[in-house]
Amino acid sequence: MTETSRHVTDGEDVAPTDDSQRAMVDETLRAEGDIGEARSLTQDAWRQLRRSPLFWVSAAMITVFVLMAVAPSLFTSLDPAKGDLSRSRETPNAAAWFGRDLQGYDIFARCIYGARASILVGVFATLGTSVVGSVTGMLAGYFGGLADTLISRIGDIFFAIPLLLGAIVFLSSFRGDDPGYFQVVFQVVLVLVVFGWPSIMRLMRSSVLQIKPNDYVSAARALGASPVRILRSHVFPNAVAPVIVVSTINLGVYIAVEATLSFLGIGLIPPTISWGVMVSDGLPLLRASPHVLLFPAVFLSLAVLAFIMFGDAVRDAFDPKSR
Amino acid sequence: MGKYIVRRLLQMIPVVLGATFLIYAMVFALPGDPTAGKCGERECSEAYKAAFYEKYNLNDPLPIQYGKYMANVVQGDLGENQYGNDVAGELGDRYLVTGKLALMALLWEGVIGIAAGALAGIRKGGFMDSLVLVSTLFLISIPVFVTGVVSQFFLGVKWGVASVTVSADATVYELLLPSFVLGSLSMAYIARLTRTNLAENLRADYVRTAKAKGLTPQRTVGLHALRNSLIPVVTFMGYDFGALLGGAIVTEGIFNIQGVGGYIFRGVNNRDGVAVVGAVTVLVVAYLLVNLLVDLLYGLLDPRISHD
Amino acid sequence: MRGTTRKVAVAAVSAVALLAAGCGGGDGDSSDSAAAGAEGGEITIRGCNPENTLVAGNTAETCGGDVLNVLISTLVHYDPESAEPSNDIAESIETDDNQNFTVKIKQGYMFHDGTEVKAKNFVDAWNYTAFGPNGQEGSYFMSVIEGAEEVGAEDSTTEEMSGLAVVDDYTFTIKTTEKVSNLPIRLGYTAFAPQPDSFFEDPEAFGKNPVGAGPYKFDSWTENQAIVVSKFADYAGEFGGNVDQITFRIFQDSGAAYSEVVAGNLDLTDDIPTSALIDNIYQSDLPDRNAAKATSYYGYIGINPEVDKDLSNPDVRRAISMAIDRQQIVDTVYNGTYTPATGWVSPVVDGYQADVCGESCVFDPEAAKAMLEEAGGFPGDKLTLSYNADSDHKAWTEATCNSIKNTLEIDCVATPLVDFSTFLTKLSDREMKGLFRSAWVMDYPSIENYLGPIYGKGAGSNYFDYDSDEFNSLLSQAAGAEDLEEANSLYQQAEQVLAQDFPTIPLWYGESKAGWSERVDNVVITPFGRPDLRVLTVSE
Repeated sequence: MTETSRHVTDGEDVAPTDDSQRAMVDETLRAEGDIGEARSLTQDAWRQLRRSPLFWVSAAMITVFVLMAVAPSLFTSLDPAKGDLSRSRETPNAAAWFGRDLQGYDIFARCIYGARASILVGVFATLGTSVVGSVTGMLAGYFGGLADTLISRIGDIFFAIPLLLGAIVFLSSFRGDDPGYFQVVFQVVLVLVVFGWPSIMRLMRSSVLQIKPNDYVSAARALGASPVRILRSHVFPNAVAPVIVVSTINLGVYIAVEATLSFLGIGLIPPTISWGVMVSDGLPLLRASPHVLLFPAVFLSLAVLAFIMFGDAVRDAFDPKSR
Repeated sequence: MGKYIVRRLLQMIPVVLGATFLIYAMVFALPGDPTAGKCGERECSEAYKAAFYEKYNLNDPLPIQYGKYMANVVQGDLGENQYGNDVAGELGDRYLVTGKLALMALLWEGVIGIAAGALAGIRKGGFMDSLVLVSTLFLISIPVFVTGVVSQFFLGVKWGVASVTVSADATVYELLLPSFVLGSLSMAYIARLTRTNLAENLRADYVRTAKAKGLTPQRTVGLHALRNSLIPVVTFMGYDFGALLGGAIVTEGIFNIQGVGGYIFRGVNNRDGVAVVGAVTVLVVAYLLVNLLVDLLYGLLDPRISHD
Repeated sequence: MRGTTRKVAVAAVSAVALLAAGCGGGDGDSSDSAAAGAEGGEITIRGCNPENTLVAGNTAETCGGDVLNVLISTLVHYDPESAEPSNDIAESIETDDNQNFTVKIKQGYMFHDGTEVKAKNFVDAWNYTAFGPNGQEGSYFMSVIEGAEEVGAEDSTTEEMSGLAVVDDYTFTIKTTEKVSNLPIRLGYTAFAPQPDSFFEDPEAFGKNPVGAGPYKFDSWTENQAIVVSKFADYAGEFGGNVDQITFRIFQDSGAAYSEVVAGNLDLTDDIPTSALIDNIYQSDLPDRNAAKATSYYGYIGINPEVDKDLSNPDVRRAISMAIDRQQIVDTVYNGTYTPATGWVSPVVDGYQADVCGESCVFDPEAAKAMLEEAGGFPGDKLTLSYNADSDHKAWTEATCNSIKNTLEIDCVATPLVDFSTFLTKLSDREMKGLFRSAWVMDYPSIENYLGPIYGKGAGSNYFDYDSDEFNSLLSQAAGAEDLEEANSLYQQAEQVLAQDFPTIPLWYGESKAGWSERVDNVVITPFGRPDLRVLTVSE
C-alpha cells in the first residue's frame, strides 16, 4: 500500500476481484489466519499462548501503554504543556529524565501523555475498520449477487486510492475551525476507517464464502432461522478469527500511520500531544539534540512493536497448521 | 480467458469513475480560495481571480465541472494544470521515475524478504526465526520519515556511500537508498509470508518424498519447497507494485524525487484539481490493471486455477 | 515557495539621487569589478518551481522571480550590497511635482531576440499588466499610475492607462494618481520590466520561453527539474553576470538541496533548513562558505478586534505584547539571528525611526500583569495564535504562546490551519479570531510601504480593519509632501499613531542565509534576501 506501511497484512486481503479465483487465492493466503472450529481452538490457542514468551512480553507492554493512556498522572506529576524556553533542549538530567525539547517541555511527561492520542487513534481506527469491514464483508459474502457486487465495487473504489493520498485530501478538506481534542483524534480515525475498511471487508467476505457451504449453516437455514440470526450466531463466530488476527496487527500499523500524517502536518494538531507529533518536531533536531527525537521514537516503536507482536503471537496460536 | 479479461475490464469502469469522482469532489471541497497565496501576502486582484476561475471552470457546479473534465479524459486529454502544463505529459515523465523507484523497492523487498523468510522458515521457532521476526517487525515500527531522514544523513551526507538526492535522470545508483527505504516496510510482510508458506510446505508429502529419495536438504528446500512457497509471495509483490506507485509521498520529498507522490501532494496544496485528479485517475487505472495482470499470472503459476 | 512574498529592494536611499540626469550605476558597478574569481564556468544552484509561467508582470513569488532577475533589466538597478538604486535602462527620471515624471531611456539596450528596448516596450508592458481581463499578478504595482483603476476593472474595455504616454522612441511620461515621491525607487521591481513586441503576440508561449533585456538569456526549462540560463552576448548594460551558465535545479524540499550542497553536488542554496540552523550547524558544515544578512522581513502578530471582541481593548493587546519574551524566542527558535522589533517598520528602510513601540515591546512580566489587570483582565477563557501549517511557523508560535501563557496565565494555544490559502481565506472572510501570524516583506524601499498597504483604510493587507482618521490623514499629507524628508517625518508621525492604538503586536526583524560549494565565490546576499547571481563567480 503506501509507505506509511501497509494497513493490511500478509496478503490476506489482497484477493483479486474475481470471485472464483479470489476464493482460490484466499484459501492459500488466509492459511495464516485460518481457523476451522472456533470453540475448541480457542482453548488450544490459549494453552499455546500461555507458553509463548512473545505473548507475555507484548501483553505486558500493551498493559503499560494502555495504563499510560488511561491514567498518565500515575506515571508523572509534571505538566506536559509547561514550556520553559530558558531550558530549551536540556539533555537528560535528574529533574527531566528524558531532557527537554526545543520549547523546554519535559520530554518524559510528553511521552507519557502522548500515549493517549496514539493509542486512541490505534484502537478506534482498528475498531472502526473491523466493525464496518466485518458487517459489509458478511453481507457481501452471505447474500452474494447484487449486494456482493455493490459492496465489492464500492470497496474497490476506496481501496484503489492510496491511504496516505486519501488522508491528505480528506483531512485538508474537512478540518473544521478550532477542533477540540477528541474532534482532532476522531478526524484522523475517520480517515483511517474510510480508507481502511475494504481490506477487512475482503477478508471477512472470503471467510464467509468458505463457511457458507457448511452443513450447520444450511441446517440453520432449513430450520427457518432469519438471516440476521444465522449471521450472528453461526457465520460470524466462525468467520471472525482472521479478522481479529489482522486487526491486532493493524492496530500497530495505524499508530505508525498517525505519526506519518502528523509529519506531513495533517494529522494530530496542538495542543494534542502524540508521539507522532513529537517525532516530527524532533526530526530537525536530529543533529543538534538527538535525544529530543530519540525518546518519543522509542516509545512509538515499542508500542507499534508490542501490538504487532501481540497480533503475531495470537495468529500463531490460532493457526491449526502450525501445531 | 478473453471473456474473463473483458469482464474484468468492464468492472473497472465504475471503480475508476467512483474513485476519480471521490477525489475530484474532495479536491473541490477543499477550503480556501485556489488563488489565495498566488500573490504573496496580499489578496489577488478581482480581475486575476475572475480570469483564473474562468480558465479552470471553477464557476460551474461540481458535477458539471467533473463531467467536462471526464469528457476530456476519455479523449486522452488530462487537461492543463495551473502552471499551464500538459498533465498527461508531466505524468508520463513522473510515472517513469516512480515506476523505476517502485520496481527497485520491489527488488529490495523481494531479495531480502525472501532470503530472511527462507532462513526463518527452514527452522521455525529457531534462533534465526526469532531474529528475522524481531528485525523485520522493528523496521515496520519506525515511521518512514525517520528511516529516510536518518539514512540520508548518515549514508549520504556523512559517509558518502549513497547518493544524497535523486536527479532528474533518476539513475539506478541514485535510487538505491530511497528504494531501500521505501521497500523496507514490505520486507517484513514478504519475510513473514515466505516463512509461513515454507514451513507449511516443508511438512508436505512431496517434500518428505524428496527427502526419502535422498535429495540433499539444499535441493529439497530450494527446488521444491521454496519454489512452491513463492507463489503467494509473487502475488503479494504484484499488488504491492501497484500500491508503491502512488504511495511514496514522503520518500519522494526527502530524496527530491520528481515522482507522482510529490506531484499529487503539491497539487493538493495548490488546489490544483486538474493535476490531482489526473494523477489519481492514472494511478487507479494502473492499480487495477496490475491487479488484473497479477490474477492472470497467478493462473499461470498455479495450474489449479483457470479463468475459463 | 507558497506564501513567500516576493522580496523586493530594501534601501536607505533618497529618491532625489535618482532624479539627476545621467546618474549612472557607479555604485552597483563597484561590486562587479570587485569580483575575485574568474569569469566563465557553469554552476548549478537551488531553484524552486515557479508558480506561473515566466512573465515579469505575472510573477509575485521568489521561485520565478529569481530566474527573472537575471533575464530582465528594468529602469533602475538595486545594488547587491546596499540595494541602493541606480539607473539601469533609465537615462534619467525627472519630475517637478512628484506626480508627472519624464523617463528617458538609454539607447542600444537589446532584448535577447535582437530587438532594441524602446519606450513603447515599457508602456505596452505596463498597460498589459494593468489590464483587468489579463489577470496579471503585478497589476497591484500599476495602481499608482493614473487610469489604472479603470483599466484594471474585471470587465474593462479600456486597455491603456491615461497616465502613460510615449513621447518618442526613447522617452515616455508617467502621471500618477496622486503625488508619489518615491516612484523612481519602485521602478526597479520586476513588474516594471519592459517586454519585447513578441510577448504581446502570444503571452502564454512567451512565458515558457521568455525574452528579456537582462544579462542572461533563457535556454531551457524542464518542468519540475531545471531551468537553464546562459550569458547574453549582446548585453549592453553595466550590471552583467560573470558565470557563463546557471542551472536552477528544482528542489521541493530545502533539506534535500542543503544536503546536496554539503555533499558538493550543488553550488548554492539560499534556503538553509531548520535542522542546520540550530546551533549554527551550517557554519561548520560549510566553513567559510556561508553568509547571513539582515533583510526587510518583519514579523508581527495580527488581531482583528471587530472579529474578536476579547481583544478590542488596546491595553489588553499591549499587555500581551509585554508578555512576549522576544529575545528568548529569537535566541531559541531563530538561534539569535533575528532581532526583536521595536516598532512597526523594518530598520533597513528609508525613514525608519528607532524604538517607536517603547516599553510596550519589551518583555516585562510584572508590568504586563499590571497592565492586564488595569485593563480589566482578559475577558475570554482561551487565546489562539493561528498560523499556516505548510510553512515553518510551529516553533515560534508555540514559544510565543507559552510566553504569554506563563506570564499572563491566559490559556494560549498555537493553532495550525492546514495551508496558506486556507489561512488567507479565513482572514479575508473576517473569521479569524484571536491572534494570527503576520509578516511583511517590502515591495519598495520606503517607510510608506510598511504603513499604507497594511494599516490604510480598506488597504489590501489591512486584515485588522484598522481605521484611524488621524493615521489616514497623516498618510495623505505625507504623499503630497514637497520633499522626502518632510514625507518621512509625516510617515513617522503616522507610525506613532500605531504605537498609541496598538492594532498589531511587533515581533522581530528577519535575516536571510545562504550556503555554497567550493566551486563558487563572491556570494553576496542582497537586502532582498536573495544571493545576487550577477556578481557570483566560479572559483576554479
